[in-house]
Amino acid sequence: MNAAPKKIGADAVAAKGWRGAHKWLILRRISQITILTLFLIGPWFGVWIVKGNLNYSYTLNVLPLADPYVLLQTLLARHLPEKLAIIGMAIVVVFYLLVGGRTYCSWVCPLNMVTDAAAWLRTRLGIKGGMHVSRSARYWILGMTLVLALVTGTIAWEMANPVSMLHRGLIFGIGAGSLVIALIFLLDLLVVNDGWCGHLCPTGAFYSLIGRFGLTRVAAPKREACNDCMDCFAVCPEPQVIRPALKAVGGAGPVILAANCTNCGRCIDVCSKDVFVFGTRFANRTEPLALSAAVAKGL
Amino acid sequence: MACGVGLLGLGVGLYARHASALPPVAIRPPGALAEKDFQGACIRCGMCVRDCPYDILNLAKPEEPITTGTPYFVARQLPCEMCDDIPCVKACPTGALDHSLTDIGKSRMGLAVLVDQETCLNFLGLRCDICYRVCPVIDKAITLDPQHNERTGKHTRFIPVVHSDACTGCGKCEKACPLKVAAIKVFPAALAKGEANEHYQIGWVEKEKAGGSLVAPDVEHQYNLPEGYRYEYGGRGLVPEGNGVPPAPGGAPVPSVPQAPPAVPRALQGGKL
Repeated sequence: MNAAPKKIGADAVAAKGWRGAHKWLILRRISQITILTLFLIGPWFGVWIVKGNLNYSYTLNVLPLADPYVLLQTLLARHLPEKLAIIGMAIVVVFYLLVGGRTYCSWVCPLNMVTDAAAWLRTRLGIKGGMHVSRSARYWILGMTLVLALVTGTIAWEMANPVSMLHRGLIFGIGAGSLVIALIFLLDLLVVNDGWCGHLCPTGAFYSLIGRFGLTRVAAPKREACNDCMDCFAVCPEPQVIRPALKAVGGAGPVILAANCTNCGRCIDVCSKDVFVFGTRFANRTEPLALSAAVAKGL
Repeated sequence: MACGVGLLGLGVGLYARHASALPPVAIRPPGALAEKDFQGACIRCGMCVRDCPYDILNLAKPEEPITTGTPYFVARQLPCEMCDDIPCVKACPTGALDHSLTDIGKSRMGLAVLVDQETCLNFLGLRCDICYRVCPVIDKAITLDPQHNERTGKHTRFIPVVHSDACTGCGKCEKACPLKVAAIKVFPAALAKGEANEHYQIGWVEKEKAGGSLVAPDVEHQYNLPEGYRYEYGGRGLVPEGNGVPPAPGGAPVPSVPQAPPAVPRALQGGKL
């Protein structure tokens, strides 16, 4: 066995304290659990703030929210939903255009807690390697689910979708759906690192397409301070998104523009040098260092 | 990879197709579109489940033979209470439960079928009548049709008959049937209803529409009754004409049993009632 590697984020804990090195993680868990709780206190305690589930919900009998991915499948199955669902879809699309598409994945989706747990255990147990799957597989699966809706005229993917299966299951009773969730956990733990969320999930793939234009982005404005500890790469569920912004690959600005960044903020947490911050995508232009770098390159 | 994803798609597609055949016990909420359209329209959000004041609806779990996440109820457990304001339909954000349904009496969740004539108490000649009594569309969706009780020869069986033009498929009859296993059950309409061939015409309906016989002038039906007898349709059958005393033997012969159609022999005794 190798010498025990330095624990990811140990430098950050030393520099910022435990809470400083877990700030966004804690906020994210609060967000995930709060949202889930709002859905659950209805059926559990009869407090009806939110009805429905992530596919469609109605909050305080005024706010409709609808998952654009499932509604797109409905449209492809040649069915036009009622007005409330369309309004709900529009609200959700606008929201994720503002906060970044895959923010859904790390701040809302209940399956994220399952896959994060698998990733945590995988690191703990030192499980390495596994099967190689392309990170673009999710786009193929996304396409497949849309074609399926078109061909079958039904929302066929909803029969298998672990994301809605878990959320609906927690609220309405999960049954054998728990086996599917266990499979996802084992996939991430033993077969592919970040297998579901980082490689396969078509819901995430769909939100990444909205995220392509997302306003809220993680940026590395102090990238010169990077000491190459690699903790951000180790903790990031989509490490390929960091490099261009952090290392100015091809003169890239410091803003992480890659659509698959989930805005989880773990890179901000684990960086002892505070290289990363949350900002907007426009910070790429106004950031003076990036500008001077671009000028220096003659752009 | 495209190949793998294609296979996955094929698998999910076939699974979806297999699972889209609704099992007979699963009844969709009021206003549900035809099953195939429903599967394209329902986004499995459970809003109908939430807004049902009687909590009769469930969302199917993956191990159940109903498309995962779609709403259904089992009439024998909890039938639809047929709310006037139909809150489940109003709650549906996609119109998988059709919002044009505003009169619950026009909903067609399924269709009641008296599946077992051997155990149905009314078929046995008893006056159970429970399915008829509990029906929210009483005397329209289920009627009790009197039939001669051939076993006793002197009673009437009140046969529950379901009429598809009025039955909403709420399942109250199935729920209320006192048998251990209900003799009357609600099935999805696609399973319960026959459909006549397009070219079939019902003679008496056409005759009424046309205001007269369509073929040739109707001939008065001729009966070959034994001499001195007439046929009484109220259930007495063959009765002697005149004073009700059979003609003396050797006169007009009393018809022998084999000559009568199979249903008649008991009726022949009608005169002795």
